[in-house]
Amino acid sequence: MITKEDVEHIGWLARIEISEQETVEYMEKLNSVLGYFGQLDELPTKDVTPTYHVAEIYNVFRDDVVEECLPQEVVLANTEHKQDGAFRVPKIG
Amino acid sequence: MVYENPDGVRIGLEIHIQLNKLKTKMFCGCSTDYHNAAPNTHTCPVCLGLPGALPVLNKKVVEAAIKVGLALEGEIAEETQFHRKNYFYPDLPKGYQITQYDFPIVSNGKIVIEGEDGEHTVGITRAHMEEDPGKLVHIGSIEKSKGVLIDYNRSGVSLIETVTEPDMRSPKEARRFLDKFRNILEYLDVFDGNLEGAMRVDANVSVHWGTRVEVKNISSHKGVERALLYEIMRQKNVIRRGGKVSQETRHFDEGRGVTLSMRTKEEAEDYRYFREPDLMPMRITDWIPAVKETLPELPDAKRTRFIEQYGITDMHAKSLTSKIMLADFYEGVCAKGVDPKIAATWTADVFLGELNYRDLAISSYDGEKIGFIHAKDPRIKNSIKVSDMVELVNLFAEGKISDRAAVEVIRTMLDTAEEKTPSQIIEEKGLFKAEDDLVTKAVAETIAENEAAVQDYLGGTEKSLNFLVGQVMKKTKGTADAKTARDLIIKELKG
Ligand SMILES: [Zn+2]
Repeated sequence: MITKEDVEHIGWLARIEISEQETVEYMEKLNSVLGYFGQLDELPTKDVTPTYHVAEIYNVFRDDVVEECLPQEVVLANTEHKQDGAFRVPKIG
Repeated sequence: MVYENPDGVRIGLEIHIQLNKLKTKMFCGCSTDYHNAAPNTHTCPVCLGLPGALPVLNKKVVEAAIKVGLALEGEIAEETQFHRKNYFYPDLPKGYQITQYDFPIVSNGKIVIEGEDGEHTVGITRAHMEEDPGKLVHIGSIEKSKGVLIDYNRSGVSLIETVTEPDMRSPKEARRFLDKFRNILEYLDVFDGNLEGAMRVDANVSVHWGTRVEVKNISSHKGVERALLYEIMRQKNVIRRGGKVSQETRHFDEGRGVTLSMRTKEEAEDYRYFREPDLMPMRITDWIPAVKETLPELPDAKRTRFIEQYGITDMHAKSLTSKIMLADFYEGVCAKGVDPKIAATWTADVFLGELNYRDLAISSYDGEKIGFIHAKDPRIKNSIKVSDMVELVNLFAEGKISDRAAVEVIRTMLDTAEEKTPSQIIEEKGLFKAEDDLVTKAVAETIAENEAAVQDYLGGTEKSLNFLVGQVMKKTKGTADAKTARDLIIKELKG
């Protein structure tokens, strides 16, 4: 069961501000989602190896060959917050 | 002799090294050659974390990790894969770092170091592959920061994080571990330790087998010893005053040489690791024999071979193999048919000693010359040719120059950028051995001609010795070494 505290913690981890009312709302919704997935727990999977990829593909590599990078102005094109070729953000912590 | 470890010190290390010898980053084709580049000029949608971009693993990263694992005598996982470590920080554009979690590529390795009481084994818990975040620059000082500038040129560069067991018992052992580890990595040719930010270290340390404290942000392998010495002293003081060492993370302030408590977050770290769905798992067992083939002779093996092949002392062999480039240079010199023992003395004792004295670090060897660069100011650099060292060793071996003259030649070669051979330097400075004979002759004459001063000196008047030295200097027109003259006079008069 997801508690109100869990929702607050998840909100903090995601850096999303959640109001008191929303906390209750999300708690109910998340519990409903968990309950739905909980049905899977009823299946006997003791001897089944977990599947992390549907395709059984291993060892996908690329060679160590340099490719062209994006020009600086393109990299910074989507932000107004820039200074001396860098992204500028508020002080952290 | 067994080391008692009186303070019950236990130190473990977490070392991040950049695979900076690779041409491209871990998951994209961006060049890793960004050290002198303008910000955000070595990036692409993958390392900027733009939506829809897909990472593809650089094969050389896995190869390097296998090499490191083999060199550390660790186990290489049959199957290994990546995880996402989720957290928000501006240096991490995706909101997660691609790293390894419960299936690291390497586990259970070891490095044997020269410990407090002889050979000491430090266990390697694990080594795994992960990507480097970008670089943050605070505007103004960290405390009074007005904002932060982000440069993603470093974002996505390949790292290997190595975690040791808490097996080191003193700061000195920690530094020796790092020196040896760095040396091994340079032998493997996966790492250039001279580049800024190439090696970053976090340490955990406890005294009297007590609570562990993490010390973060040790940026140089030289800083490790200082950071740990301070932290051990701090913990001992806390206990002496009857307090308790609290479990916490501290930050090393390199400028002040102290560790400072970091504000602890209310929330415990919660990275919500999960498997990285964008990258396929790896099965690498079949690959290992081929990588093993490419493994070079490692420091310990080379040291043993040097002793056998060149008949040199263990001290010299150890010192010569402490850097792959120095070992190669020495072998280059020996290949020219010089006396390997004399070459070892001049390379390991004098050349290396003079480099250390000048804070110069060996940075290259191309088969013809060995290059070195100032540890703090990369604009100061120079090199010495194999042929120059060969000539010097031969001149010395043939008795044509004194050891003092040979030292002078090495110093001159280090301090001047002009390309001069040892013979030229000796010629210019008048360092040929004939000079020593000249000094001996001048000493004999001085003693014969200054009966009174000699008697005064023998009678206990030290000042008279200075007078006699002055006379020798005069006779040799100042070309004699004052100390040599002094020693010779004392030897003549007092035996
Ligand atoms: Zn990129």
